[in-house]
Amino acid sequence: MALPTRSRRTPRPSAPLPIVILASAGAAFFIIPLLGLLLRTPWTSAWQQLGSPEVLTALRLSLLASLSATAIALILGVPLAWSFARLTFPGRSVLRALTVLPMVLPPVVGGVALLLAFGRRGLLGGWLATTLGVHLPFTTAGAIMAETFVAMPFLVITVEAGLRSMDTRFEDAARTLGASRWTVLWRVTLPLVRPSLIAGAVLCWARALGEFGATITFAGNFPGRTQTMPLAVYLALESNPDAAIVLSLVLLAVSLAVLIGLRDRWLGAS
Amino acid sequence: MTLEARVLADVSAFELDVELAVGAGELVAVLGPNGAGKTSLLRALAGLLPLRSGRVTLDGVVLEDPAAGIRLPSERRPIGLVFQDYLLFPHLSVRENVAFGLRARGMARVVAMGEAGRWLERVGMPAEGDRKPASLSGGQAQRVALARVLATNPALLLLDEPMAALDASTRVAFRRDLRQHLESFRGVRLLVTHDPLEAMAMADRLVILEHGRMLQSGTPADVTQHPRSRYVADLVGVNLFRGRASHDVITLADGGSLTAAGAADGDVFAVVHPRTVALYRTRPDGTPRNVWEGRAIDLDSEGDRVRVRLAGSPSIVAEVTPAAVRDLGLDRGDRVWIGVKATEINVYPA
Repeated sequence: MALPTRSRRTPRPSAPLPIVILASAGAAFFIIPLLGLLLRTPWTSAWQQLGSPEVLTALRLSLLASLSATAIALILGVPLAWSFARLTFPGRSVLRALTVLPMVLPPVVGGVALLLAFGRRGLLGGWLATTLGVHLPFTTAGAIMAETFVAMPFLVITVEAGLRSMDTRFEDAARTLGASRWTVLWRVTLPLVRPSLIAGAVLCWARALGEFGATITFAGNFPGRTQTMPLAVYLALESNPDAAIVLSLVLLAVSLAVLIGLRDRWLGAS
Repeated sequence: MTLEARVLADVSAFELDVELAVGAGELVAVLGPNGAGKTSLLRALAGLLPLRSGRVTLDGVVLEDPAAGIRLPSERRPIGLVFQDYLLFPHLSVRENVAFGLRARGMARVVAMGEAGRWLERVGMPAEGDRKPASLSGGQAQRVALARVLATNPALLLLDEPMAALDASTRVAFRRDLRQHLESFRGVRLLVTHDPLEAMAMADRLVILEHGRMLQSGTPADVTQHPRSRYVADLVGVNLFRGRASHDVITLADGGSLTAAGAADGDVFAVVHPRTVALYRTRPDGTPRNVWEGRAIDLDSEGDRVRVRLAGSPSIVAEVTPAAVRDLGLDRGDRVWIGVKATEINVYPA
């Protein structure tokens, strides 16, 4: 994915006036809210806000939950992506559609669905509670679960695309050299799709970090347990707007870092 | 060491149906146009393409026999496959690439890397071990690929157009080295190529493959002297006819007939070299036993010769001098008389 060189561009076409006006309005629509956030940031007390216990707690929990969600997504999502890319089995396309559904599903619906499955009276929740003593809703584990549910599809489709575009004859070569399927996977396939793995994991992590709807529905809003940064931002907006702004700024910085980190992937194709 | 294979497999465009036996010390080249099923044949032998039916045995050991429910996976076959485009693992160093097969067989890393280093010396690349494959030239990459395969000491060596991706100057040097390595290799060797020169230079025996079928098999000399397919006839540059012979007259499948000396009765091939085809402005009344009228549809100048494609019954290609073309005043579309002596027709059973 090479960036187009500027010198090779043909003379710029001139745009019709309505296009210029509407496009500018569109751009402003994105820029103004960010400006608002930056201009209202209490820069002098920002560090202080960042150090306050409630912010730190939310920050710590967010990191824990989003990293855990990413780890789970890697462990479960990579095999899933491999199965979609390499196997043909009945119902594959339906299954695939179901696993990427959370990308378009309103997160709050995901939260409701998780409640109905793992809640106290849910499909598995009652059994989990009585036989294993595991309670998921309104726990940190529940927050992680909600984030995984919403974020894993990003990893699955990214890795699947990587696996599909990879030249599978490298795997053939490895097998004719005597490598078992497991060795081929570890020593050839996964290293070759490393860029997709990294991109998928980063996307997944960013999505998990920003998760709100499913988390608040399934895990609730308990500081220190399930109150992740987005939840804290939403709540602090009433009680402590400065903290909300600083937290928002942190999330913005993370998102920006992800965007820059993956710019070849997203911005490279013009 | 021998390979015996009867391969029936479904490839996207056609059905692969080949019976093949390769002895120890024999280098067999599978020759055929692009899309003939050559690569599919190698993939089937390597276990990468499942057989629908048939049987592959190597040294008496059955590698695959669908009817008996036997199918040894690729990684458990004693084979080595060299690919046209090398397929070196880009994330591993050259030495790690060569060590890959040994590591996969459970050899300790240090030992495997040492062995890989010795193989790199053997293929003339002792200093390149730490480089990444992307930094190698085509010829170097194919040497590494060869070392990677030979290091695993396979009983069956399969080479899939190993020189096709190399440029002309590299190819000469690589072919010389490859031949050396192939000569010291003790197992069964099978080379696939679409380059007839490469096939004839390297192989003891040629197998001609077209549309998934084996059309002919024999020594390079035998195959070129007795073509049994349009593909080989075109490679050698001769006219090939097929027909039924009876009392020295061959009735051709595509129309027309030829009189040949000493043709055995039955289905036959007849080969006429374009040099022996004579052209006349008017009907000749001389010795040629075969005289018919045709139309020049194409004149193709090849150095000091002109190849004239003639439509008629039968259609044929003649090779004449530019002077002859001038004397005849021959141009595209002109009618002309064609003469072929009965003794110039090489007939053999189909």
